[in-house]
Amino acid sequence: MRRLVFLLALAFAAPLTAQTALPPAPYANQQLADPAQERKAHELMLTIRCVTCQSQSIADSDASMAADLRSEIRVRIAAGEQPEQIRAWLIERYGDWISYRPTAEPITWPLWAAPILLLAGGGVLVLGRIRRRRRNA
Amino acid sequence: MKGRWLTWAPLVVFMALALLFAGRLLWPEEHVIPSRMVGKPLPAFSLPAAASDRPALDSRQFATGKPRLLNIFASWCVPCAAEAPQLMALRQAGVPIDGIAIRDARADVDRFLARHGNPFAHIGLDARSSVQLALGSSGVPETFVIGGDGRILHQHIGDIRADDVETILRIWQEAR
Repeated sequence: MRRLVFLLALAFAAPLTAQTALPPAPYANQQLADPAQERKAHELMLTIRCVTCQSQSIADSDASMAADLRSEIRVRIAAGEQPEQIRAWLIERYGDWISYRPTAEPITWPLWAAPILLLAGGGVLVLGRIRRRRRNA
Repeated sequence: MKGRWLTWAPLVVFMALALLFAGRLLWPEEHVIPSRMVGKPLPAFSLPAAASDRPALDSRQFATGKPRLLNIFASWCVPCAAEAPQLMALRQAGVPIDGIAIRDARADVDRFLARHGNPFAHIGLDARSSVQLALGSSGVPETFVIGGDGRILHQHIGDIRADDVETILRIWQEAR
């Protein structure tokens, strides 16, 4: 019970690490005026990982660094940069780790091959069954 | 016999996955993200002064033939206060150190330096983390060793502890 109360208190507590005295960057929480640009920016933000809260995208994170990166992305998109350019710029600095979009690097080849291998495995099983049934029939 | 093994296989797989998930939930992975900029030239930037009694910081101040330290800190950052004595020790050992204050205000930086010491030659104010992002740095504090040719030689993530001083000093000396 005590532990439960403690956990509940934690859940409602103010963020432990007050990260800054400054107000958030201009475009951290404010959308771009142009809906098409805002959509581009937001779609990119959903696939960029927050370096502070490492299991969240920067679109979901309240961390100051995520806010600054959101603002940076919006400003760059508004200046005409393409989302994939910005992603490449970030990967150049933080590695593939920063991007949630899966890459075609050799390390992910087993992942891409998995559906094909599973389908092939299933096919072999089914074929075996059919043959056995025919023989029995 | 073979059939019995197959009956238990799903349960075994399930147990293994459950253990894996429980383990990761109880002991989450602490991930430090090293910058990919190590080995590359320092990105160009020009920052306004963050403190009243130190000049502003420009990336061109680094390619002067002598290696320097670049410390990313903030007045609101607790580990930054903890590493202050180590930075002072490095300064005493003759290492030139420049600072970048992240998301900070001049009055706060002044107060922080008055309280914890000021080992910095120049201090730039990075109000929107843009230089921090360009450096591939993911938090405060972090310390970069910048070679005399303006190349990033080393990144220290987190506060500099007493036993890190020697390593950083060695890297700096080797770069001279």
